[in-house]
Amino acid sequence: MTVESEYNPDADRIMNVALGPQHPGAGHFRIQLWLDGDFVVKAEPDPGYVHRGEEKMSEYRNYIQNVPHLERPVILDSCGILFPYALAVDELMNNKIPRRGQYLQVIMAEINRIVSHMYFIAIYGIFVGHTTMITWAMGDRDFWIDIAERIGGARVTFAYIIPGGVRNDMPQGLTERAFKTCDWFEKRMDEYEKIFFKNPIFLERSEGIGVLTKEDAIRLGATGTVLRASGVKHDIRRDEPYSAYPDFDFEVPSLTAGDCWARAYVALLEMRQSVKIIRQAFKTIPAGPVRLKLGPQPRVPAGEVYARTEAARGEMSYHLISDGTPRPYRLKIGVPSFKNMIMIRELLKGVHVGDIPPVYWSQNFWPVESDR
Amino acid sequence: MQAQAQTPPPQPAKTQPLADAIVQKFPGTTIDYVREKRLKVTTTPEKIKEVALFVRDELGFDHISCVSGTDWIAKNEIEVIYFVGSVSKPGQEAIIVALAERSKRDEPSVPTLIDVWPGAEYHERETHEMLGVVFSGHPNLKNLLLPEDWNDIPPLRKDYISPGR
Repeated sequence: MTVESEYNPDADRIMNVALGPQHPGAGHFRIQLWLDGDFVVKAEPDPGYVHRGEEKMSEYRNYIQNVPHLERPVILDSCGILFPYALAVDELMNNKIPRRGQYLQVIMAEINRIVSHMYFIAIYGIFVGHTTMITWAMGDRDFWIDIAERIGGARVTFAYIIPGGVRNDMPQGLTERAFKTCDWFEKRMDEYEKIFFKNPIFLERSEGIGVLTKEDAIRLGATGTVLRASGVKHDIRRDEPYSAYPDFDFEVPSLTAGDCWARAYVALLEMRQSVKIIRQAFKTIPAGPVRLKLGPQPRVPAGEVYARTEAARGEMSYHLISDGTPRPYRLKIGVPSFKNMIMIRELLKGVHVGDIPPVYWSQNFWPVESDR
Repeated sequence: MQAQAQTPPPQPAKTQPLADAIVQKFPGTTIDYVREKRLKVTTTPEKIKEVALFVRDELGFDHISCVSGTDWIAKNEIEVIYFVGSVSKPGQEAIIVALAERSKRDEPSVPTLIDVWPGAEYHERETHEMLGVVFSGHPNLKNLLLPEDWNDIPPLRKDYISPGR
């Protein structure tokens, strides 16, 4: 195998290959690879195929008009990506969100985390040739989407978490059904462990591959499941509790291996905690209003704020500057996929071509989110 | 621009000592705000690397969270802000230090901080293409999200008008 220091890009033995942007797994995203036989000597992510200019768009729209388009980059986790935006506007406006609204924010954010992790595991299965996982996880994911649909009215893009609380209350009689889904899903996750995570075929494809050390994870700014799979117990829900999270009892799972297997397994452990949070939230949700009435064009006082939450893929942050007009002066969207993109470049160095799918997908990378 | 606080904010118990330490070490820096979990420090492009190393090594902010930039067209300045957090120093996981610098809008040039926080590499590249800031010392400032043949001013500048607007 050629190490990077001694390879010459002009030499005939190095072949330049583009993975994507129309690869069925990679999505709207290209990775340029320099291959020496079966080994990757250099990889360079090339995003931007689905860049929509969300940050510029938000400067033309008022704070409420911004809600629907800001959740589009990652529709699997649409509440996760909107949550810090709502927190940022609420902080500038000094809004006190009703308790019931905060509980509903948490319920929807956690359902979205499960839905997003299920998609992650489903596609992971197909990436390593495990077809059972895509059919199981995609099918089971729908039961959670059903609950989210009863609350938010849509199946993927809810525009549910808004400045001032949540858009509407949940329907009556949902609690029983949510408990049933929680019970069933916990049993189901045991089955996932047996058929996928402890499966020798999957272990062979993922264990010890693409190892990210704890030092590198911190140095390169990894976030979310990638960071926690490398032994860093950092979760903004626990470290900087927001909304109703201080009320709930949950753990922050973390693994030390830092390989492709750990990055997948930590997502399963997180779903167990999400179920725990959802159950507590439905059990103890207080009565009362769910939102503040802000009016169609709220005036946000001038100021600057940096709000962040733990979305499904990691730290989701907004840097919002208001100049007192109805529209943001500047809205920087810090998405976890973009923060983790550098890991793709670092971890692909030196792996087999056959290991590219697990190394790439275990980053829980979502190209549309990264491009914004 | 300063936040206009209508009610007194909670006592900034943990961030105030950090702000004091930075000002004591670097008297030229400005503290823009000190909140319960946020601290913004403005320095100059000449000094930012020293301040960044101090913030990373002495104060323990080892994890880059985001890099943002703002076009202050009225003041003819471009602001670059590094948001850094701490994941390994107990007690300050909740705190984000915003390290800002301002450069002239006509020819904005600031030093790169990827040798302080290597994770900032793609963030700086994005700030470069979106606001036209040149990060001197950066290994690769090619367009990342914009097309390679983008033939206009950087799109997040305030004098760039989106098509159809």
